Amino acid sequence: MTTATATAPRRRGVAARLALGVLHRWLPLAVLVACWEAATRIAGSVFFPPPSDIVRWMHEIWFSGPVGRLFLTEQAGDAIGPSLGRMALGLAIATVAGVAVGLALGRSERAFAYLDPLVQFARVIPPPTLVPVFIVLFNLGTQMQVASIVFSAVWPILLNTADGARSVDRLQMDTAETFRLSGPDRIRYIVIPSALPKIFAGLRLALSLALILMIFSELLPGTSDGLGFELTNAQSQSDLPTVWAVIVLLGILGYLFNTILLAVERRVLGWHRGARKADA
Amino acid sequence: MLEITGLGHSYGDHHVLRDVNLTVAEKELVTIVGPSGCGKSTLLRCIAGLIAPTAGSVVLNGTAIDGVPDGLAVVFQDYSRSLMPWLTVRDNVALPLRRRGLGKGERRAEALRALRSVGLEDAAAKYPWQLSGGMQQRVSIARALAYRPSLLLMDEPFGSVDAQTREDLEDLVLRFHRDEGMTILLVTHDIDESVYLGDRVVVLARDPGRIRKELTVTLPPDRDQIATRADPAFVRLRAEVGRLVRGGAADGGAADGGPADHLASE
Repeated sequence: MTTATATAPRRRGVAARLALGVLHRWLPLAVLVACWEAATRIAGSVFFPPPSDIVRWMHEIWFSGPVGRLFLTEQAGDAIGPSLGRMALGLAIATVAGVAVGLALGRSERAFAYLDPLVQFARVIPPPTLVPVFIVLFNLGTQMQVASIVFSAVWPILLNTADGARSVDRLQMDTAETFRLSGPDRIRYIVIPSALPKIFAGLRLALSLALILMIFSELLPGTSDGLGFELTNAQSQSDLPTVWAVIVLLGILGYLFNTILLAVERRVLGWHRGARKADA
Repeated sequence: MLEITGLGHSYGDHHVLRDVNLTVAEKELVTIVGPSGCGKSTLLRCIAGLIAPTAGSVVLNGTAIDGVPDGLAVVFQDYSRSLMPWLTVRDNVALPLRRRGLGKGERRAEALRALRSVGLEDAAAKYPWQLSGGMQQRVSIARALAYRPSLLLMDEPFGSVDAQTREDLEDLVLRFHRDEGMTILLVTHDIDESVYLGDRVVVLARDPGRIRKELTVTLPPDRDQIATRADPAFVRLRAEVGRLVRGGAADGGAADGGPADHLASE
């Protein structure tokens, strides 16, 4: 507990610490980019454009559009939009399927016994090796791409959900049982909330896998839009600045998605951190 | 209202409970006391329908128990694990009311009423882990009260709180027992508590767990932490229960097969 007089200086301390934290976090990156900038300028290689040129180029091809389109150019609409759309759809399907099957596996010993070997077998298959199968099944195009994303992203969600659902506290289930909560109520109010920390851990893994498969599935022939297509297209025309622009954008997108997910997690799982702190 | 006949529970050769016969009347507060390992909690879990006994029967309000019966609430010792940390105090209390077909508003109103009766309406919007242990156990008592059970089971409900809080909670239970006429079966290992709270004290012996003796508490129904505990009748009863509980552990060797037998069976 802090007294009222101690709060004011303490708040300044928090602000200073926050600033220092930001500095610590971004300083290495800034130094690295500066070094890269210097090195590429000295080398002058056409294969390695300086970061400032990459940023300028990203702005020109994607972010110099009209205000009404949030500054996005038509090219950005063709590249970023379809990619993110497929990734969102793939992740959504993977989340629904992964959580549903995960809950069944976690709560039913019979389902676990039947399905666990299958799951273990399927999850170790590197998703890119299945892309040819998906091409046969779904033809080239969006369906195949979404299927690849789903197949890569579903496993960490499924396995984490199953793990979380299996380890629900015995006493919490007994409590639900003595109060005769219905099956769906038990799932909704007991099992899902207590599995949620694990589900979020799975989602974070799934997110990065989905990003990888999103790009990979767009590198294949039969694609006419998306960031992966932009990448292969630029490569075939020896358009190095665009290749670099796509790479940098992917890094930024990955970082952005993870940050958003963490913010959601912090909101949804506020109780979890609080309870853990209270336990300690 | 509760009739237990020939109840037994065993794991293989090891008998946790053997031939337990017990009747609890409407509006009675019965305490069960015994040394650790006498099967107190197992007995309570059989009554709650959480485990199926291997012998005998439990009949609640004329219906044999098979699975968790209706109209029964349990207050567990470990409040921090029996309350859901992701629900606020109010939602924890309101959760069991989903079975009663009430609307959301009605459930919340009922929950607040129950919280008021345990003196915790101000904590309704907090989470359980933001409260002290005693307050958390009050919440789980409120949750059981809001459910309006015909039988309230309490499994060492005050085993994890400090002495002062324990006395407050004991008086809280006595108040509900008196004001609402609630039938309560309370398990404890505390000899004083069993006499202070009970209309009747059931003493268990162990290896195997069975009823050693039932004692009717002759104290007046209005009890007071200081005066009652100084009452000669209380002191006498407490001594008798104490002898029965401890005697069960000490002279049990000859009568019950003893600890050696117990070890051999494991």
